[in-house]
Amino acid sequence: MAKVTIDGVVYELNPENNLLQECLSQGLDVPYFCWHPCMGSVGACRQCAVKQYRDENDTQGTIVMACMTPVSDGAILSVDDQQTKAFRAGVIESLMTSHPHDCPVCEEGGECHLQDMTQMSGHNYRRHDKKKVTHRNQDLGPFIGHEMNRCITCYRCVRYYDDYAGGTDLSAQASHHHTYFGRFEEGTLENEFSGNLVEVCPTGVFTDKTFSENYTRKWDLQVAPSVCVGCSVGCNITPGERYGTLRRVVNRYNDEINGYFICDRGRFGAHYVNSESRVRGARDASGLSIPVDDARVRLDAVIDEGNVIGIGSPRASNEANYALRSRVGVENFYSGHSDDEHEALEIIVNALRDESFHCPSIREIENADAVLVLGIDVTNAASRVALAVRQSVRNLSKDLAQESKIPVWQDSAVRELAQDKLSPLAIFSVGSTRLDDVATFKVNLAPDGLLKAAVRLDSVLSGQSADDGLVENELPIESLNHISEALLNAKNPLIICGTSAGVEMLRIATNMGRSLGAQRGAAVNLALLPTESNSVGHALMVREGNTLGKAFERIERESIKTAIILENDLYRRAPSANIVAAFELLENRVVVDHVETNTTKAATLLLPSTAFSEQEATSVNYEGRAQLSFQVNDCGTSAKTAWRWLFDEKSHSPEGVIKKCSEDMSDFAKLVHCLPKAGSLVAGMKVPRQSHRYSGRTAMSAQANVHEGKQAVDEDSVMSFSMEGVYPQKDASVLASPWAPSWTSNQSISKFQSEINGALKQGQSGVHLLSRSGKGSKYEIGALETVTQGLQVVPAQHIFGSEELSGHALPIQERMTDAYAAISPKTASTIGVQAGDFVRFRDSEICVEVCVRVLVPNDVVLVYAGNRAAGVHFNLRDIERVEILERVETAPAMPVSRSLGLGQLLVNDLYEERG
Amino acid sequence: MTGSNERPLTKNIDLTRGALDVVGYERAGGYLGARKIATGMDSSSMLGMVKDSGLKGRGGAGFPTGLKWSFVPQGPDSEAQKYLVVNADEMEPGTFKDRMLMEGDPHLLIEGMIIAAFAIQASKAFIFLRGEYFESERCLSKAIVEAREKGYLGENIFGSDFSFDIVMHTSAGRYICGEETALLNALEGKRANPRAKPPFPQVSGLWGKPTIVNNVETICNLPGIMANGIDWYQSIGSGGDFGTKLFGLSGRVKNPGCWELPLGVTIREVIEEYGGGMQDGYSLKAFLPGGGSTDFLTPEHLDTELTYDAIGKLGSRLATGTMILLDDKTCPVGMIGNLMKFFSHESCGFCTPCRDGLPWVDSIFEEFERGGGTHKDLAILHDHVDYMGPGKTFCALAPGATAPLGSGLKLFEDEFEAHIKNRACPYKH
Amino acid sequence: MNREVIVSSGKIARDLSDAEVKEIEHELTLYPDKKAVGLEALKIVQRHNGWVSDESMLAVSKYLDIALSELEGVATFFNLIYRRPVGKNVILFCDSVSCWIMGCEKIRKEINSHLGIDYGETTEDGEYTLIPVPCLGDCDKAPVMLVGEKMHRNLTVDSIKSLSSSRETQNKSGE
Ligand SMILES: Cc1cc2nc3c(=O)[nH]c(=O)nc-3n(C[C@H](O)[C@H](O)[C@H](O)COP(=O)(O)O)c2cc1C
Ligand code: SF4
Ligand code: FES
Repeated sequence: MAKVTIDGVVYELNPENNLLQECLSQGLDVPYFCWHPCMGSVGACRQCAVKQYRDENDTQGTIVMACMTPVSDGAILSVDDQQTKAFRAGVIESLMTSHPHDCPVCEEGGECHLQDMTQMSGHNYRRHDKKKVTHRNQDLGPFIGHEMNRCITCYRCVRYYDDYAGGTDLSAQASHHHTYFGRFEEGTLENEFSGNLVEVCPTGVFTDKTFSENYTRKWDLQVAPSVCVGCSVGCNITPGERYGTLRRVVNRYNDEINGYFICDRGRFGAHYVNSESRVRGARDASGLSIPVDDARVRLDAVIDEGNVIGIGSPRASNEANYALRSRVGVENFYSGHSDDEHEALEIIVNALRDESFHCPSIREIENADAVLVLGIDVTNAASRVALAVRQSVRNLSKDLAQESKIPVWQDSAVRELAQDKLSPLAIFSVGSTRLDDVATFKVNLAPDGLLKAAVRLDSVLSGQSADDGLVENELPIESLNHISEALLNAKNPLIICGTSAGVEMLRIATNMGRSLGAQRGAAVNLALLPTESNSVGHALMVREGNTLGKAFERIERESIKTAIILENDLYRRAPSANIVAAFELLENRVVVDHVETNTTKAATLLLPSTAFSEQEATSVNYEGRAQLSFQVNDCGTSAKTAWRWLFDEKSHSPEGVIKKCSEDMSDFAKLVHCLPKAGSLVAGMKVPRQSHRYSGRTAMSAQANVHEGKQAVDEDSVMSFSMEGVYPQKDASVLASPWAPSWTSNQSISKFQSEINGALKQGQSGVHLLSRSGKGSKYEIGALETVTQGLQVVPAQHIFGSEELSGHALPIQERMTDAYAAISPKTASTIGVQAGDFVRFRDSEICVEVCVRVLVPNDVVLVYAGNRAAGVHFNLRDIERVEILERVETAPAMPVSRSLGLGQLLVNDLYEERG
Repeated sequence: MTGSNERPLTKNIDLTRGALDVVGYERAGGYLGARKIATGMDSSSMLGMVKDSGLKGRGGAGFPTGLKWSFVPQGPDSEAQKYLVVNADEMEPGTFKDRMLMEGDPHLLIEGMIIAAFAIQASKAFIFLRGEYFESERCLSKAIVEAREKGYLGENIFGSDFSFDIVMHTSAGRYICGEETALLNALEGKRANPRAKPPFPQVSGLWGKPTIVNNVETICNLPGIMANGIDWYQSIGSGGDFGTKLFGLSGRVKNPGCWELPLGVTIREVIEEYGGGMQDGYSLKAFLPGGGSTDFLTPEHLDTELTYDAIGKLGSRLATGTMILLDDKTCPVGMIGNLMKFFSHESCGFCTPCRDGLPWVDSIFEEFERGGGTHKDLAILHDHVDYMGPGKTFCALAPGATAPLGSGLKLFEDEFEAHIKNRACPYKH
Repeated sequence: MNREVIVSSGKIARDLSDAEVKEIEHELTLYPDKKAVGLEALKIVQRHNGWVSDESMLAVSKYLDIALSELEGVATFFNLIYRRPVGKNVILFCDSVSCWIMGCEKIRKEINSHLGIDYGETTEDGEYTLIPVPCLGDCDKAPVMLVGEKMHRNLTVDSIKSLSSSRETQNKSGE
């Protein structure tokens, strides 16, 4: 620690950091723009000026940029110095010369870092009376709005988008005061993390287009701390509601998970709660709506009749799954996963209990210095992990910088020094992935070859000498040796696999983890990624052997009368024929859900449930970390949170159900720790969901009733649907939307962190449910066959479209494509088809468009099944065993609600080479 | 002042004929300095010699060349690839010295580069030439081919075990590319924003490798030093500065031009003896001693010696040594306005005070010329002199702009006032 | 891998000529990475075509595998890359301080009236485009300008007249 005097006060500061970061960590108000806690310093904006004095006798001092100045022991500084203050005000004055001052109509108004800094610097009188520079804006697609005139040229957008997130289609253009940030020409921003631009931009240049269309000031949004349901990562988010609709989602800081950034599926996919396809009321078999109370009576009646099974869901909360399980009995509670996913989850859960492994958080993934990705496209399966892996490859450059005595926060200097040197990242995949640009080893093979290569790598890793020569399809053994060495020599190696890689690959991945662990004599970072928000939580509740297949068997074998299907479209889980057969045997098909699916269509009793933002619930992410998500707003319909249908709601509260989960199920014993700590409320007052400035409360519903309605009361929660109350001082799980005096923007989070980039002062939210004990042994890998006939079908994952719920969100639909079959040029010529033709999977009715891409291995067909919410779609499980494609002359009539084409399929999604 | 007859930089330059080819250059004593590589001189003694010579960089800042070179990490653990870059981006307003060297005696530069490269052990060099210097490109490219054919460039030059080659890079235009770190970005094919220092290019420069950037004229000093020795070199010059320097005059002098003179020559000597004094009907009002980024001096300073120190003491800089003369018939406000337009346009756009301050300053000068200048505007100009001062901006471009601006505001206060009072430029008839 | 870049306007990369490819390939031997050659390639393309069209940008982006937007960022940074068509001869007109003192404004007016163009404009016959340029480094011969690759020094009103008349005779003889 270094002793530094700032305005007469001595602080102990971390000498590894720059002065700005340390000042902010100390809670000092130093204005800044270009610096970002995740992106280091470049010194462009000159806003963070402070005075530095040589020694006690130096009365003049020199102005330095805090962000570019290392902390050094004995330094004497001033933030308050008059001359420096004048300079900081002057900087704002300069960068506002061409600003349009359109705050009243700007989406950023009221949470604008530029407004904050302008206030803070004391610049409040405009002297510039010359012409302003103006720019033309670009249409950047469905997610992001563009208003270049508001730009203050801090370069944060391109530094984030290109340098941090790996985007290639946004750049700084032109120069001097004409500098422009945009694309080569109009068009959709391609990067999957483009939404963060909204939060990275300190003013209103890049705005959330979906929010702009339905705009509400930050202080008029009703918010609550929430957790994204887009994938198994569980990023912390803050959804905001007004007039009963979800208006937007922003990142909610969590130092171990998402940090400052979330993916576009999470940000824009949450709009599904506003979707047309929400289930708004209860229905009976004939599709007629029925009153809620009737529905309740019918439900209780069929359950009382007995012979009931329940099918849970990986996208439903712990409480909902638990309620169903309690109601039908654990022996009658079945997995809502497909059978192979169920098996995959067993592997994942076993790994989470095994001492040989450590499952890294996102932050820990960023710290890995050698990464092996097995069989999945991380970006499309669990995007936030991909962003972390992208950071991990830069660890080598940080080491190099340290050797050269360049501070790691000197961002461009570190990049310059390292050039294209990257920490090792090996990707085994069928086809291309969105991380290929930073991969140092790429193994691109058909599934059979990929498995064999992985097995060989495992034997190399376990030290068995592998004979020289080619492994599979010309993959030289040296490549495997390289990968193995990289993993063995790294300080912090990591293996990533996921359910979408298939059960066999997951087994091999854990085997590799064991081999690596044995060689290194330590627990190995192993991140096994399921695809859904509560896959792990759900799997933990299902009794061994209670697979979905077993449920179908039981329906066939025994006289099961009723199945209660919880928030789950079974047509995504099993072949249609099996479902239809089972459904026919059932007298009652009770479906609880909040979106319409093929399963809700088949319901004899449909019960509407609430979406994630309308309920307080917990879920368990890929790490086995349980997190609590609060209700943002009342759903405004007769829908009930799923567990309320199943439990006696009068005698339960969300807290009560969480406590029961903890008591009843040993794996969930720690779930109660997700709840706000007892005593965390100030003077027993609830935490308001509305801001102190929440406006229009008395008038919001005046068009319906001139009497001001009573504020909705939330009896169950520590949060209230009101602006009265006190924000908790001790519990971060209830911190939805940071705000501090002078800091209205998201940058105010620094006021709540123990140090910049550190944990929230109020403690960390979330709790790891599982503890590790004992070490398992390697899985037996059966003989791996080489497929010699037909095409191997590999499902393609899409960040926009593969996930069920986000697929209902309109902005996401604009980024989705129709279903397709991607094949290599060679395969295409063998079959005699071209890109744009339609093909049928033999023995099925399913026809899809062909897309020809060079990085698809020969004899493989990558299939994207579309999303039922938009465009051509089908049940992927129906073609698993269909191996031959036939050309069809004309595109068949499909249940197309609206055709999307393949236009949104970015060229680099699968790589295309032409000419 | 001693050694006033030595002209090591320009002795071969005769503008009435083309530049000497390699044969002619050698006949005139060329490549003797560089040949020391073959005759057993090692790189550290070569570096030591340059250090001891006291040569200061001629690119503007006057930083001791040998000292700069000594920051390049050497030894077995150091990065094997090192680069030498010659800064031939000459674009400072009123500066026209490097062009003369490149077009007048290209082999001198090449020889100098060989010496510099050997001293810092760089196997590869780039000449970063401004894109508009077509003639210089032709001259240098031809000379490089000749030198390569002779074995002075390429593998094992002069039969030694040192290999070295030169790449001719022509820029696509921008004054900021002359700033050495912006230059490196431009060479790497990037936008030419400057880089943060530290790390200095000597440690992490071109493609992250140790790199030395020197001005053309700096490099051209080296063959003389190597061939004739330190004592000879130090016998030229005075006032702590050694060797000769190119001094230029532009503006309304009788005989504008560029001459090689020993450091320490007085300003008066240059203007009156070499420039022949002001044109008839014009008198000297003020001048910028070393290009557009230096502070104004006035006739009272004419007897000052042209050394880095002496000019520095007056609050200005020797910089490029090419003086721009302001006469009594030219509007000082207009002249500063012209410079501000240049700096404003040439700002790279990276840091705020420069990017957004200079256009504002420029538009105020436009207003003054139109007759609309106000005292409020004057106050704003003074503020920007402060905001764009050294250390406050990312690189030295904006502080360079404040040199004529700040000194001009002081010196020509009356002229600014007259513009405000008359609501017009008094020089426009 | 030569990846096709798809842009929303539907423009596609033009084919680089053999000569262009040869020169780009030569540049590739001089620099350690492709990115460094991006700007060089734009200059090469411009030398052959007079300016750098979108189709040329796409071609260079594809040939060197440099992201299009990044290349555009570079192209638009530099003064001497023309992203719009220019005349056969570009007049780089020095308007920096020494030339200004020596009366370049008068010369500029002369160009305005004799060639009928101001900054950024091209003569109707496509012969000349006038662009201001920072100090051309010939200040002792101010005012100066560069026409194509040729320096014109100590400019007077007459030198502009002769420039425009030489064009007229050229045009006539061409007819
Ligand atoms: C805006 C700006 C422009 C510059 N232009 C040039 C230039 O055209 N030529 C040059 O040699 N140095 C120029 N310099 C100085 C260089 O940054 C650098 O100091 C010089 O090339 C070092 O060479 P020397 O040590 O041989 O003097 C410029 C500096 C700045 C800040
Ligand atoms: S002072 Fe700033 S904006 Fe100006 S040229 Fe230097 S870095 Fe660029
Ligand atoms: S935050 Fe320090 S210069 Fe921008």
